[in-house]
Amino acid sequence: MATNLNTAAGAGSSAAPELCWLEEVRKDDVALVGGKCSSLGELINAGVRVPPGFALTTHGFARFMRDAGVSGEIPFMLNGLVHDDLEQLELVSRDIRSMIEEHPFSWEMEDAIAEYYRRLSVRCMVPAVPVAVRSSATAEDLPGASFAGQQDTYLWIRGVDDVLHHARRCISSLFTARAISYRIRMGFPHEEVALSVGFQKMANAYTAGVMFTCNPGNGDRSVIAIDANFGFGESVVSGEVTPDHFVVNKITLDILERTISCKEITYTVDFETQKSVRTETPFERQNVQSVIDEEIIELARMGKAIEKHYGRQMDIEWAVDKDLPAGGNIFILQARPETVWSEKRDKEAAVAGKATSAMDFILSSLMTGKKVS
Amino acid sequence: MKFPVPHDVKAATIPGTEGWERMYPYQYQFVTDDPVRNQYEKEMFWFYDGLHYPEPLYPFDTIWDEAWFLALSQYNNRIFMVPPVRGVDHRMINGYVYISPVPVKNPDEIGSRVPHFMERAGHYYKNWDDLEKKWKVKMEATIRELEKLEIPRLADMEDLSVVTDAVGESKGYHLLKNYDDLINLGIKCWQYHFEFLNLGYAAYVFFLDFAQKLFPSIPAQRVTQMISGIDVIMYQPDEELKKLAKKAIELGVDNAVTFSQEWTEVEAALKKLPKGVEWLTSLNLSREPWFNVSTGTGWFHHDRSWNDAMNIPLNGIQTYIQKLKQGVNIERPMEQVRAERDRITAEYRGLIEKPEDLKQFDELLGCAKTVFPYVENHLFYVEHWFHSVFWNKMRDVAAILVEHGIIKDVEDVWLLRRDEIKQALWDVVTAWATGVTPRGTQTWPKEVEWRKGVMQKFKEWKAPPAIGTAPEVIQEPFTIVLWGVTNSSLADWAKVAEVKDLSTVKEFKGFAGSPGIVEGKARVCRTVEDIRSLQEGEILVAPTTSPSWAPAFAKIKACVTDVGGVMSHAAIVCREYGMPAVVGTGHATKIIQTGMMIRVDGSSGAITVAR
Repeated sequence: MATNLNTAAGAGSSAAPELCWLEEVRKDDVALVGGKCSSLGELINAGVRVPPGFALTTHGFARFMRDAGVSGEIPFMLNGLVHDDLEQLELVSRDIRSMIEEHPFSWEMEDAIAEYYRRLSVRCMVPAVPVAVRSSATAEDLPGASFAGQQDTYLWIRGVDDVLHHARRCISSLFTARAISYRIRMGFPHEEVALSVGFQKMANAYTAGVMFTCNPGNGDRSVIAIDANFGFGESVVSGEVTPDHFVVNKITLDILERTISCKEITYTVDFETQKSVRTETPFERQNVQSVIDEEIIELARMGKAIEKHYGRQMDIEWAVDKDLPAGGNIFILQARPETVWSEKRDKEAAVAGKATSAMDFILSSLMTGKKVS
Repeated sequence: MKFPVPHDVKAATIPGTEGWERMYPYQYQFVTDDPVRNQYEKEMFWFYDGLHYPEPLYPFDTIWDEAWFLALSQYNNRIFMVPPVRGVDHRMINGYVYISPVPVKNPDEIGSRVPHFMERAGHYYKNWDDLEKKWKVKMEATIRELEKLEIPRLADMEDLSVVTDAVGESKGYHLLKNYDDLINLGIKCWQYHFEFLNLGYAAYVFFLDFAQKLFPSIPAQRVTQMISGIDVIMYQPDEELKKLAKKAIELGVDNAVTFSQEWTEVEAALKKLPKGVEWLTSLNLSREPWFNVSTGTGWFHHDRSWNDAMNIPLNGIQTYIQKLKQGVNIERPMEQVRAERDRITAEYRGLIEKPEDLKQFDELLGCAKTVFPYVENHLFYVEHWFHSVFWNKMRDVAAILVEHGIIKDVEDVWLLRRDEIKQALWDVVTAWATGVTPRGTQTWPKEVEWRKGVMQKFKEWKAPPAIGTAPEVIQEPFTIVLWGVTNSSLADWAKVAEVKDLSTVKEFKGFAGSPGIVEGKARVCRTVEDIRSLQEGEILVAPTTSPSWAPAFAKIKACVTDVGGVMSHAAIVCREYGMPAVVGTGHATKIIQTGMMIRVDGSSGAITVAR
């Protein structure tokens, strides 16, 4: 479908699509659509409920950079920069970013993106469907500082013009002073950086958050930890609130721990302006459990399935859509491998210690005793 | 953690109970006149043994406490040579028993005990099933001996056969001797009780420990679930009730069985029906030994057995008849329990990454499964069957004391220590032999009345859960398992204990005994007699439950107990029925009142009270 449209719109060829639907990619397509989008494609194809969307591929990105004349300009602008000259870096970054953000897409690309956006709206049965526009980096697996955090996410974007504008803003985020400095230091050629941009239907989140398929406190693989707050998940991801915290038994799917926090901030949509806003949560809701038990258990079930699909512990973003009925309203927005505990456990010694028989273990445990205080 | 100084607690004597110490063995007292012992007592950590003793001990009932004081300690410290721990010391305040595990402090001594422990405990673990078979033979022989033991009445003139057979002994002598035999059988039975128990607990508790090290968030109830579905005889009494309920319907005598709550009336009605007689025959087959199950834990003289209180099993049979007529399946869902056990075990096992951990997991799980039947089954043999027969033998002894004017009522006997009874029996038999009035007829009735008043005051006293100085670690398996001595439970108990007015508590915690969340009306049942008033769908709140409470679980939708861990009866049964349980809350029966709406979260262990 994507390739046909591309061809029809004259925006690319089937061999190097400039746009594609998320369900057309898999986790191995990082070079094409970056880490975030390829992972979403993988999830969709694994049967996980993910809001539909499309991506501007790295080919699309490269074409924009070429069309805009940016790719020729940039090496020149970066020439002679040193990674620790922050003032100069900031200046150059500002120039490059405004150059990117002000430059229109070619009419072919604009048409193609508009057509994808229109189709997405039709699929969602929402006119000018609100989308989240996110950069999806291809270099997330680089050691050290990850680019992902430096690139922007724009919530509740509606209408073609805004979609295009925020796509450019995502692209320009490749050229923050920090990103430029990092690439210089690492000797990573600027002309080789690539980026994809994802456009994903925005869940009108009643509540949202993150989920780990292990206990982030102790690495226990037998539980799933869920953090939640009202509204979009950004308040949880950014650490702006202390979210509600739940620990669910992965094997039996019952809630072992629940901590309801005072949650003062909500990210939601202002229906007047149709913009994402950060608001103070009404006082009477601040201490209310932000996600109901049934949803917690359903989330855990989904987390367990995603972990099984990937064969490793995962770090997942999710949302509960308030416009949809229960049973079909929980969405996975992102899933990536959890690394901290998986790596730590690999290095740790066996719990059994030196004991090789039950008797040995009983003896050594008797010697150690159980802690009282 | 801060706990009261034992001697301060003891010093605050309840007015009117001064001198209560003479009701109990002297070595049970916290002392102030012996500086060395006083210091030792202050440095130790003393738990109130609420699991076994929800109420103050009657002087006679101290027998089982002394019996296990000896038995547990000797097995730990003199027989199996558990390296880091000696026995468990005992004290008493106002009739409540406090216990404290005694560590071995010298590292060299601990080291020198290791090879002995490995050899001795290893022998039991290795030969567990064979030794357990031998145990059953010993235990059953002991119970038979007890059943045969005669408590002779003292005749004005001895039988002629004493002369013609040249017996050479009087009934007076036999009374003294058989009383001694009775006591000795009890103590022997408790020697057997602990032969396997602590090793069993060790295997279980360290399997739990291992699982929690692998999975720090694993609830203890899930670990115990991995060793569920093993048939144990503790459930047999309840199975007999179900069998009898089915039989009643089959024979068409169910109306006769259910028309009254009074067993005597039901029995009389059944005797008039030919099929009723047939049903009674089946009942009598079930009664021995299964109706020796105690209505309580079996630890107290007032824990009557089903045989003594037939209204209780009758009520259970009636519940099951009603359920059967409603078309409800009353069988224990053992297939499901085993399937779920296997699923859970396999899933947890699947998460273990290192091969050496996997091997150890399998070893420890196997070991826990091996010891599990004993850990459950000994209860029926000792606390239920033996004790039920024992208490009634003691009532025979009491009847003689009543007959000779030492006490006014059979049930007064429990207010005497067992050595005082021995002394009173000497008083009786010498007076009987001599033809004079026993001295005790003037002294004991007065003392008994006073002691009754003391016991009443003791019952109203609230025993602090722990006193003394908390150690960093506890190494004694029995203490670890039974009192769930964890940081959190003590902290939770202490939190509630700080609240002056329990009627203001809205939320408290216990052990997550069986998962799930339920809201409903509470019914506080202090004894098994109270379960008659349980309504369908209520939440049972009890000090603790035992197998004789089983029929209650067919009616309720959740259970909360004051004492017990994840291996307690309430937790195990609720897991089988798939209903939530929170156990070991410390104070539920004091905080909750019948009719209150409560929320039971058996996954997290939280209880919420709507006020």
